[in-house]
Amino acid sequence: MFAELIFYSFLAILSMIKSLFAFLIFCIIEGLLTFGGNMKKLFSLLFSVSFFILSTNTYAGSHSHPVTGEKLAADQTFTYWHGDEHSSHDPQILEDTYGSNIARDLFEGLLNQDADGNLIPGVAETWSANDSKDVYTFNLRKNAKWSNGDPITAHDFVYAWQRAVDPATASPYSWFMEIMSIKNGGEVISGDVPPSDLGVKALDDYTFQVELTASLPYFAAMTTHATTFPTHKATIEAHGSDWTKPENMVSNGAYMLTEHVINERLVRERNPMYWDNDNTILEKVVVLVIPDENQGLTRYLAGELDQGPVPAGQYKKLKAEYPEQATSFPRLCNYYYTFNLSETGIEAFQDVRVRKAMAYAIDRNVITEDILQAGQTPAYTFTPGSTAGFDVPKVAFSKMTQPERDAMAVSLMEEAGYGKDNPLSFTMIYNTSESHKKIATVMAQMWKQKLGINATMENTEWKTFLDIRGKQDFEIARGAWCGDYNEASTFLDLLTSPSGYNDGKYSNASVDQLMTEAKTSSDSSKLYTTVERILAAEMPVIPIYHYAGVFMLNSQIKGWPYDNVEQNWYSRNFYKVAK
Amino acid sequence: MIILNKKFNEIEKNISKIQKVKGRSLWHDARVRFFKNKAAVVSLTTLFLVLLFSFLGPIFAKWSNEEIDWSVLGDISTLGYPSIETGHYFGTDELGRDLFSRVIQGTKISLMVGIVGALIAVVVGTIYGATAGYFGGRIDSIMMRIVDILMSIPYMFVLILLLVIFGRSILMLFIGIGLVSWLDMARIVRGQTLSIKKKEYVEAAITIGVSHFTIIRRHIIPNLLGVVAVYATLLVPGMILTESFISFLGLGVQEPNTSWGALISEGAGTMRYGTLWQLLFPLFFFVISLFSFFFIGDGLRDALDPKDR
Amino acid sequence: MINFILKRISIAIPTILILIIISFILMHSAPGGPFTSEKPLPEQVLKNINAKYGLDQPMYIQMYNYITGIIFNFDFGPSFRYKDRSVNDLIAQGFPVTLKYGSWSFIIAVFFGVSLGVIAAIRQNSYLDYLSVGFSVSAQVLPNFVMAPILVLIFTLWLGWLPGGGWEGGKIQFVIMPVIALSTSYMASIARLTRSSMLEVLNSNFIRTARAKGIPKYKIIFSHALKPTLLPVISYLGPAFVGMITGSVVIDMYFSTGGIGLHFVNGALNRDYSTIMGITILIGCLTITFNLLVDIIYAWIDPKIRYDS
Repeated sequence: MFAELIFYSFLAILSMIKSLFAFLIFCIIEGLLTFGGNMKKLFSLLFSVSFFILSTNTYAGSHSHPVTGEKLAADQTFTYWHGDEHSSHDPQILEDTYGSNIARDLFEGLLNQDADGNLIPGVAETWSANDSKDVYTFNLRKNAKWSNGDPITAHDFVYAWQRAVDPATASPYSWFMEIMSIKNGGEVISGDVPPSDLGVKALDDYTFQVELTASLPYFAAMTTHATTFPTHKATIEAHGSDWTKPENMVSNGAYMLTEHVINERLVRERNPMYWDNDNTILEKVVVLVIPDENQGLTRYLAGELDQGPVPAGQYKKLKAEYPEQATSFPRLCNYYYTFNLSETGIEAFQDVRVRKAMAYAIDRNVITEDILQAGQTPAYTFTPGSTAGFDVPKVAFSKMTQPERDAMAVSLMEEAGYGKDNPLSFTMIYNTSESHKKIATVMAQMWKQKLGINATMENTEWKTFLDIRGKQDFEIARGAWCGDYNEASTFLDLLTSPSGYNDGKYSNASVDQLMTEAKTSSDSSKLYTTVERILAAEMPVIPIYHYAGVFMLNSQIKGWPYDNVEQNWYSRNFYKVAK
Repeated sequence: MIILNKKFNEIEKNISKIQKVKGRSLWHDARVRFFKNKAAVVSLTTLFLVLLFSFLGPIFAKWSNEEIDWSVLGDISTLGYPSIETGHYFGTDELGRDLFSRVIQGTKISLMVGIVGALIAVVVGTIYGATAGYFGGRIDSIMMRIVDILMSIPYMFVLILLLVIFGRSILMLFIGIGLVSWLDMARIVRGQTLSIKKKEYVEAAITIGVSHFTIIRRHIIPNLLGVVAVYATLLVPGMILTESFISFLGLGVQEPNTSWGALISEGAGTMRYGTLWQLLFPLFFFVISLFSFFFIGDGLRDALDPKDR
Repeated sequence: MINFILKRISIAIPTILILIIISFILMHSAPGGPFTSEKPLPEQVLKNINAKYGLDQPMYIQMYNYITGIIFNFDFGPSFRYKDRSVNDLIAQGFPVTLKYGSWSFIIAVFFGVSLGVIAAIRQNSYLDYLSVGFSVSAQVLPNFVMAPILVLIFTLWLGWLPGGGWEGGKIQFVIMPVIALSTSYMASIARLTRSSMLEVLNSNFIRTARAKGIPKYKIIFSHALKPTLLPVISYLGPAFVGMITGSVVIDMYFSTGGIGLHFVNGALNRDYSTIMGITILIGCLTITFNLLVDIIYAWIDPKIRYDS
């Protein structure tokens, strides 16, 4: 036995020698990494020391909330989940919700939203519009500073807004500036006039004025969008696209970027230069990127996250187990399947009876209650009921019971000439995702069992899916739309003939006309209701359900703006109470 | 003369006898050795049972692989458990579909991927390797250089690219897997061919002027069979593992079809939510089948190895 | 030897070129582009973006620019997905991570795999042998996408010993689970390989002679048997290394380590042309280098191999 032990250790040494090469390389790398790590530590030490000196008034020490009086936790860190890395946190470059969440903390635009979605002052203290609502003037606060101490002036906004439309920046959201109707916006984007001709100017250091091409009553609300946030000219010019790295970045929000590792984490910490720093309670906000939802939930339950995902179908159980943490609230998004009504679609779908039968045969309650199980609402209209100023019309099929709908569907199919001996067959496409797959499977089965339809499921990954759908190379396709703003037209415009997002190529002159009227009408809600009635009668898309925002939130974290339907949240409004 | 002729005939007879006996005994011995290997025999039986299950299982299934049991949907963890009464012998998946039928269906797909992949490897690899090894010289070095180049390509990445570009389908999976699986086989076969080529009987055949094709067919290939068989058996589990990885990435077969990999990755995702059967049943079949392939491969190698153990 | 190395390097260059061209063409022929999105961009905006990234030029010019960029500036271009990062940035950040857990996994797989295999071989047919064979086969067939969530469940959720993911610059507690998940199946393969190779060696004549001379058992194993035993193991190291890099996809996905594996898969899905190209080239170079290293070690251990042939 002893001999074997010796042999074992010999062997250990030998096999180490055999992998000597790998080991040597490894040692070198390890050394380099440790060295790099130490440099980083040194940096962060320096940083934290400077923080300590700079941030004199924080609530970490006072231990109770100044307004509510709740006892605060000693560690004011908020860690939350992202399912994917954001594409950028450069305000003029970013294009996804994740990036916007980060940018709202790192930067501050002219105006902010409060917990209910109302406009409140940001960098602009007051704002006004002329009578025709095509010139807006913003008066900036004088105590707003960049994180390097520079004052924020109207010139910073001029620079940022020009940068957003400059073709050289190639901002994917430059179109947002175009729909803001800023003078010369479209011309600058297409390169016809230089960016300096954009209709924005600094009347003086603290007065920013925008000239519009049309009267736009909701223009001010659009300045809460991340694309309009100011950026620091000197930094961008010095570092180019590298300016968004933590060591280079200069920003003006309540937090500043201190660490960013792609696909792992992003850390932002209190910005002592922020004008309202005294009222900021959270010290540190951490994003962890966890692509797998189940893994995200596990790590939430292990206490590594303050906010985590709820995988499809798990909400009910989590709600029962953690009633205070599992959270669900309506979102401004819909989920639908669109028929291809263009020439490339199949003939059967041109028949409104077929479309209606297929829409009627879907038992939406099964989808929302048995599959998604997280407070989503069955959809009988395209526009979600929670949209501001939208009265949900009682369209015919929403009033029926499911057996009635089923019976109706069967007779409609028979009328259209399809049945057991002449079954309808088509391919339904959706993009790869566990929950899309579940819904598609259930729909296909409902159609098969109730109407004898053979639906072949085909899932492709996202980009291929978009390509196929955009080229009308499909028969019936999944779709979803999230409102850009809280108004029914953000949804209904999609189904007008000129819309670039109308992948089903549905075209109805009266819908087009009603939507044009709605733009100027004082009572647009009636018009939207009429449009929805037309849609229910013609069924160009099958509405399935309206989204719910679902997540797990540590009950110690307070201040989440559930009533803000756009879910524009600012970490500086959150705080962590003691257990 | 007559005597000589007689003797000649006798010798001839004897020789043919010896050859006959020897020829039979080589494979016969191998078979005996193989069947003495308990692990290999058990594995062979297991594999046979798994195959039987995938072909006879549908007779017992009460549900098809795509039918949804609406009565359990929505509360899988308490209602979808394995039960004889409901007809869901293995329980149901997250959508209330019968796991028994889905495992049967997945078994067919996975085994098919494994076997077709190995078959491509055997056919292409053997022909390529034997040709390179037999002709040698410049042909050999060019052919092997090509293999070297192909081997340095990170094939899993190329496979992912292929599936992304051409869309997922079983055919694409076969092409993708087949593209690379033959490389190792070609190398092994070439090495073996080189050593067979130096054997006296081949040299004799060449001297007599037997055509290359006949030599390859009559002498080289039969002597390669052992190595090829062993390696092919060991390739099958590799192919199945590759497929499972592809399924994990969501690039596997289209719904409602499924495979072991797809079932296991679904089951692994939900294993914490009280539906452990969704992982265990497919994993069980996956593991025992791969086990079997490994042990059969080992058994075959031991049996066919001319060296004494 | 030097000749051999030079020769290998001379094939490496065309290999990489072929790799670049193949993946470039494959990638650009994929449906959709890097800027296809749910809300399609207005034409003018798309035109500006394409101009910024040079996608408005004909493909051969793009390819030419890409290749010359790499050769002259070592610049792999900007990432199309992470718009303010270059591919050099992504690799600089992700590769050390992959390399760190990859090398640890590699060392652990070799170390324990060889030990396990040798112990099993010298104690052939003992319970120790069965245990190690059983362990290796099951570890080999358990996919790491099943193993990873199980590990997290045990060590993070139930025991609370280790963080469920993240990297934080590679602190030890973040490295343990990725290394276990990645190394186990390779450890098992190496163990099986070592065992069968060791058994073969132990039955060979020179070991019998040594035994007959009365040399102690451990000395025989250490100084005579181990070297030839390791030959097949070493030739397995190349594929094992490549397999680990591929496996890093799963590791990055489950443990959010931020390595290059996830970049590749996401790059393919997001049509991030430059990232895919960069990582494919990186992995290709690594594969070639590693295969070369393995060959050199092989030659060092087994001088019989002639490279000039």
